[in-house]
Amino acid sequence: MRYLFRTNYRQDTALWKHSGDLFWYGLLLAVVLVIPMVMGEFYVGELGAVFIFAIAGVGLMLLVGYTGLISLGHAAFLGIGAYMNSVLLSHGVPFVVTLPVSGLFTAACGAAIGRPTLRMSGLYLAIATLAFGSIVGTVFQKWEAVTGGFDGFAVPTPYFFGIVLDTANGIYYTSLVVLLFVLWLSANLLRTPIGRAMVAIRDSEVSAQSMGIHLAQYKTLAFAISAGITGLAGALFAHYVRFLAPDAFDVLLSVQFVTIVFVGGLGSIRGAIFGALFVRLLPQFIAIVRDDLPFGIGRMPGLEPSLFGLVLVLVILFQPGGINGLWLKIKHWFVAFPLKRRTSFRRQKSYARSERLR
Amino acid sequence: MEDAARLLQLVVNGAAAGCIYGLIALGFVLIYKATEMVNFAQGDIMMLGGFVAYALVAHHGMPYWAGALLAIAITAAFGFVLDAVVLRRVIGQPQFAVVMLTLGLGFIFRAAAGITWGYDSVGFNTPFTNKTVNISGLILGDDNLSIIVGTLVLCAVLFVFFGKTRVGVAMQAASQNQLAAYYMGIPVRTIFSMIWAISAGVAALAGILLSPVSMIDVNMGVLGIKAFAAAVIGGFGSIPGSLIGGVIVGIVEQLAGYYLPAGFQEVTSNVVLLGMLILRPQGLFAERMGKRV
Repeated sequence: MRYLFRTNYRQDTALWKHSGDLFWYGLLLAVVLVIPMVMGEFYVGELGAVFIFAIAGVGLMLLVGYTGLISLGHAAFLGIGAYMNSVLLSHGVPFVVTLPVSGLFTAACGAAIGRPTLRMSGLYLAIATLAFGSIVGTVFQKWEAVTGGFDGFAVPTPYFFGIVLDTANGIYYTSLVVLLFVLWLSANLLRTPIGRAMVAIRDSEVSAQSMGIHLAQYKTLAFAISAGITGLAGALFAHYVRFLAPDAFDVLLSVQFVTIVFVGGLGSIRGAIFGALFVRLLPQFIAIVRDDLPFGIGRMPGLEPSLFGLVLVLVILFQPGGINGLWLKIKHWFVAFPLKRRTSFRRQKSYARSERLR
Repeated sequence: MEDAARLLQLVVNGAAAGCIYGLIALGFVLIYKATEMVNFAQGDIMMLGGFVAYALVAHHGMPYWAGALLAIAITAAFGFVLDAVVLRRVIGQPQFAVVMLTLGLGFIFRAAAGITWGYDSVGFNTPFTNKTVNISGLILGDDNLSIIVGTLVLCAVLFVFFGKTRVGVAMQAASQNQLAAYYMGIPVRTIFSMIWAISAGVAALAGILLSPVSMIDVNMGVLGIKAFAAAVIGGFGSIPGSLIGGVIVGIVEQLAGYYLPAGFQEVTSNVVLLGMLILRPQGLFAERMGKRV
């Protein structure tokens, strides 16, 4: 068991709590770098998709888990990023430029939609983003001059100094680099005054405001950052699917993103990655066991969404900390062995903050 | 003359569709007023109500009226149990946890309905199917009229219920101030479950009234999103407001479908919703309340 003595205020905001963290994350990075050399193309491709979803998950985690705002329209931002990237590429702009540009453009879209809607409280925001998502989805379908409508849009091949990126390995490494960048960005962001302002807003808007935090500004900023990161994921997603269909970016995808955040564990960056693993790998798992399930359950058409729904319900009811919370509990059991008490993780009585009187 | 008749017909059709949105929105508002939860599965509960009525009338050979009433009762009981077993556990958790919980429940309901009744659209014979009345040159479908009349009847029933009965007054009390209601000896939790029952029953009624116009299928719960527009226009806290909001959304949608190019009709309700939220988030009929810190 390791005891951490606080000898310095800097320790509280340090990225690595102790050298053990650095060692384990370094080991993980080494494993992740080696994976494409030992595993088959299918698994590498799937892991690439996990990374892409993890990027979007981290983006949404900053919004939902750290700022306490919900968005049911993040599929729209993924779509905006994807279309922006592909349209620019088809005009001959190099990938090194289109990737950041699509992220920035999506962030601008997020700020534009965030500014008017963020005056609303949680529930209204959920509804407004839901409406925004379905409007953008319709725009993708109808604006045929740009998006190709239902005929779809073939995504051009991206090159990085002559290297083709849309192979399984290329997407894997590109997404890994972007994911690492996004993780670095968000972990650092949360140590800055901006990040602390976001957490303050999540915990109590009234007290945040009375500490001098400009609510609308910081909420819009959080929304824009979240949208921008999702836009980056969208640009990569375009290369993963290679052919953009407008109905891919629907409410179901937005719900999947929020599932990532909830199942992974609210309020932890690590949770977003756990969540992305879960959301991407569950359908694969279903596909593998589909034929072995009894009573033809595997042949049921609505199996996947209903399983997502079921898991979501069970997590919210019984494990509000998500996978990350579970991981912390397991870790605590080992660290404190044999002193784990039943009360260690007992849920405290909580009260909902009323949004009615405002 | 031709144009005026056409316009009137569009308005009546829109009002009928709007009544359905209004009824679903009514369910949102009832639950929101009482518990500050928003039930994103309301549209799916409507779907379940429609399917139950279909099963009773088409498979078990019940007469339409008896089948409809029984279906409403069954769905209401389901709503009661849903609150007592599931939703009561999340009281006190952040609001978006409830949003996600009900979204998840909606997916489960869809799958359950799909397994039980299949994924095809179904319908059953109602006294209103394929009949029209001719009011001085204006041809209206009985199905649309039945929706409007049914909504009006329901409003009258709810008005009397909330104003005159002990349970109704207790519900008002519980939604205005839970703590005070507890002190007065009102069983607040049971009252909340009953409110869920009423809102599920209203949703079932919407599903049954809708069945002659459009078929019942697993995905009809998507209408719930349009009902949000209705609820928001009404101010999310006002029962008549939600119905009026529903009618507004329905009429605007019909007119947009007729006068604007194809594709606009689907987004009208969303555009109205966003516009309303941006310009007047408190809705048309909301009471303003301040908060002391």
